[in-house]
Amino acid sequence: MAAVSGLVRRPLQQMTVRDAINQGMDEELERDEKVFLLGEEVAQYDGAYKVSRGLWKKYGDKRIIDTPISEMGFAGIAVGAAMAGLRPICEFMTFNFSMQAIDQVINSAAKTYYMSGGLQPVPIVFRGPNGASAGVAAQHSQCFAAWYGHCPGLKVVSPWNSEDAKGLIKSAIRDNNPVVVLENELMYGVPFEFPAEAQSKDFLVPIGKAKVERQGTHITVVSHSRPVGHCLEAATVLSKEGIECEVINMRTIRPMDIDTIEASVMKTNHLITVEGGWPQFGVGAEICARIMEGPAFNFLDAPAVRVTGADVPMPYAKILEDNSVPQVKDIIFAIKKTLNI
Amino acid sequence: MRKMLAAVSRVLAGAAQKPASRVLVASRNFANDATFEIKKCDLHRLEEGPPVTTVLTREDGLKYYRMMQTVRRMELKADQLYKQKIIRGFCHLCDGQEACCVGLEAGINPTDHLITAYRAHGFTFTRGLSVREILAELTGRRGGCAKGKGGSMHMYAKNFYGGNGIVGAQGQIFEAYNMAALWKLPCIFICENNRYGMGTSVERAAASTDYYKRGDFIPGLRVDGMDILCVREATRFAAAYCRSGKGPILMELQTYRYHGHSMSDPGVSYRTREEIQEVRSKSDPIMLLKDRMVNSNLASVEELKEIDVEVRKEIEDAAQFATADPEPPLEELGYHIYSSDPPFEVRGANQWIKFKSVS
Repeated sequence: MAAVSGLVRRPLQQMTVRDAINQGMDEELERDEKVFLLGEEVAQYDGAYKVSRGLWKKYGDKRIIDTPISEMGFAGIAVGAAMAGLRPICEFMTFNFSMQAIDQVINSAAKTYYMSGGLQPVPIVFRGPNGASAGVAAQHSQCFAAWYGHCPGLKVVSPWNSEDAKGLIKSAIRDNNPVVVLENELMYGVPFEFPAEAQSKDFLVPIGKAKVERQGTHITVVSHSRPVGHCLEAATVLSKEGIECEVINMRTIRPMDIDTIEASVMKTNHLITVEGGWPQFGVGAEICARIMEGPAFNFLDAPAVRVTGADVPMPYAKILEDNSVPQVKDIIFAIKKTLNI
Repeated sequence: MRKMLAAVSRVLAGAAQKPASRVLVASRNFANDATFEIKKCDLHRLEEGPPVTTVLTREDGLKYYRMMQTVRRMELKADQLYKQKIIRGFCHLCDGQEACCVGLEAGINPTDHLITAYRAHGFTFTRGLSVREILAELTGRRGGCAKGKGGSMHMYAKNFYGGNGIVGAQGQIFEAYNMAALWKLPCIFICENNRYGMGTSVERAAASTDYYKRGDFIPGLRVDGMDILCVREATRFAAAYCRSGKGPILMELQTYRYHGHSMSDPGVSYRTREEIQEVRSKSDPIMLLKDRMVNSNLASVEELKEIDVEVRKEIEDAAQFATADPEPPLEELGYHIYSSDPPFEVRGANQWIKFKSVS
């Protein structure tokens, strides 16, 4: 995937998503000695996907900890550490493995501040790659945005580009609540132009605020993570046909920035949502429900439409996998259908 | 005379030999069987263990040799196909560990049930699937054993429950130990200890690396997993133990994988090339069996070479098929979501894309 250019013409640094996350973690580890990283292969192996490259060498055994392959165990240890006052970053090699530990994420982390009547915060970050990769088949391709987004007490973010990745991981680490950071393996190696302000050690992307990546007038296209790039591609193609899409990068799944989406829909009168996860009870389903509950409903000229992963366990064969994830052509098709073109 | 000798050679060669074998072993008489000493297993909560000698028949020896060589060459072919990007995603190879899957199968019955994790290609073969079906599954084609929908980590066969991608449930294993012992389930828990969990050595991951003792109240054996005869005898012993109603038992097979954890792991950042080379030259399971058979006149070097040639051809043919077979049809994307259900509609990437789901 080629680098996506920003709209601003300044001499900009290029930064891959992987390096952006690495830089964000490095800066936070340096800033606060209570911050530490634990997970499988994060230390001596430099990270299964090299996201934590160089950190063990810099910070040592006390701050960067290799765990045995025991998700439930080390997630529980991490939550305990957070309760006791440390600020752990708990990496799941992929979020598929977080299912082994999901009780710790939900019952020990997410609900505790509430259950304790405000006494016990859990300042923990759970991060790792989420969703489909390439050819990793059914058990390694699931998107957990809807699963984690469902739970009060959790914050859930989903970065798309390098700026998102750095800013959100830093905000997540500084947040006193459990934050799930859903990265994307296919985005790790993608370079983006990195604006000057993102290079600052205090650069933060606020949790709970979406970003309008592209302004438009005809239709609102809402997405998160890798599909944001597909939406921008679709928008470029449609622009040649005179259709101007407003593309919104959610950045945060929970708490959802519905205000930005509503304002956009009230301007464009049309809405599609795009996500990699399954359709049923998904992120798009929630957006559509909320639009109906708010002022934007009366501005819709057509029903809102969802573009999602296919409702099947991810198949391995390439032709089947390609048709199980939302492609640019599916987005274009949905946009045209909504606009009745 | 020549005809008679040829007939004798066919009889001696045994049913395991393909009729197409061109080797004339007419001038040599092989032993029918030989007795070998095998390493004593370390025992946990057991008064006695498997025998320290075993008899290997020529027929079995040739069968095991062929099977191990097939697994070896199949895995190396998978390596090649992966580097050519014809196999995608994850690919965890078991070359070096052939004595485990072949030895295990030699000690159990086809009606016994087996389940394993993602390093499963060898077991898929020993449980009865063909190299063709396995390679075609790796390449994601319709002739694959899961019709191309599962890939490397999700291969199944009769009495073989995969091929599973999610591991690391250390706690779950202790739950399983507890229930198996409580209810005296006839279950052999096997640890293929290849010294590393992905990139982490066992010393860095386990408070006790005596895995065969970790069942605590469950008896255990530690077995030389590079010696197929040792694995076979240990398995026979363990199976007999279970079948006699005594409950579960553990087997730790000390083995080694030549490849990294998966094809994305070069396998040399956490271990030395010297270590890999040492295992290859001193403990290679195929070499060990070959030496034994040749030295006890169970087979000739030429005969085993002939098997190598046949295996190579079988793998080549299977790889050809696996590369040429078409991908599964798009219309079947939604098939097999539920079992035994009437057909229904499956949603695709948007509400206008629909697939049919058939059980």
